[in-house]
Amino acid sequence: MTLTEQLLTVGIVAFATMLTRFLPFLLFPAKKPTPKPIRYLGQVLPPAVFGLLVIYCLKHVQLLTGTHGLPEAIAIAVVAFLHLWRKQMLLSIAGGTIVYMILVQLVFV
Amino acid sequence: MKTSVKRAALRAAFPYTVPILTGFLFLGISCGFLARASGLPVWFPLITSLFIFAGSMEFVTVTLLTAAFHPLGALSLTLMINARHLFYGISMLERYRGLGSRTPYLIFGMCDESFSINCAVTPPKDIDRGWFMFFVTLLNHAYWIIGNTIGSLLGSLFRFPTEGIDFVMTAMFVVILIEQWQKESSHTSSLLGLGITLLCLIVFGADHFLLPAMGILLVILLILGHHRRWEGGERT
Repeated sequence: MTLTEQLLTVGIVAFATMLTRFLPFLLFPAKKPTPKPIRYLGQVLPPAVFGLLVIYCLKHVQLLTGTHGLPEAIAIAVVAFLHLWRKQMLLSIAGGTIVYMILVQLVFV
Repeated sequence: MKTSVKRAALRAAFPYTVPILTGFLFLGISCGFLARASGLPVWFPLITSLFIFAGSMEFVTVTLLTAAFHPLGALSLTLMINARHLFYGISMLERYRGLGSRTPYLIFGMCDESFSINCAVTPPKDIDRGWFMFFVTLLNHAYWIIGNTIGSLLGSLFRFPTEGIDFVMTAMFVVILIEQWQKESSHTSSLLGLGITLLCLIVFGADHFLLPAMGILLVILLILGHHRRWEGGERT
């Protein structure tokens, strides 16, 4: 990607983010109730999107070749274990990432 | 008079943002560092954190910037990931309106964390609510920019093997998913998000699975919702 394309991408992401934040203020008058399907989507979309994002992060994992996704599986297990154990977001993220870096740099080489 | 009103609001707002301070510094540093490790210019994290200000989306932006140029993909992915902000906006319609020039900034800065505080916290009676919400947003934005800048500079100063640092994004989404999983009364949406996306990844391949996955998810959720007469969303 060229620098212009990168700046354009940032512009698009910024624009789309602003669209999601400003749209309700443009569409819905303050005193009218929000349409039911919109409210429903507001409740069910976030969990679905974070499921989608987890898979998105793992899109380059090859189960049949290379490391068979083992470093990813181990590191995710570490994140889940740390988080269920201590419920400290930063500890879970940092711990899992460090384990993953050790795995791909020193163990699965 | 005016400055003392502002100063009081700032002093009232700051304590609520302290948990965000640590979180945003850590995530911001990771994000800035990731951007440098991915080969982006040192000033890039400053630009993205200043103009985008949407935590998880900025991690995804780094991966978008290191892949092939795909404007429509970037647009639809951002809309899908940040669609939840639509609903934050709906909740804040009344509270954010009528605050003059602060209103556009409040809406611009309505990330998950700013929304949570401004939605949940009622400032003390003698504090101006408009300025309170403004400073909550401004402080969070500042933490995020500072974190990103520090991360980017650290990424330029220190050369240690960074292979695998991009897992910080995966770990963050796994944590968010776990937290949601523990809160929700039914796991249909979470499982659909994981399952449909995985299926599309297998069927369409790593370069083309996102748009179909998002489309199919949206259609299934709407059909389910219609079937349930739009009752019983899964979060409390």
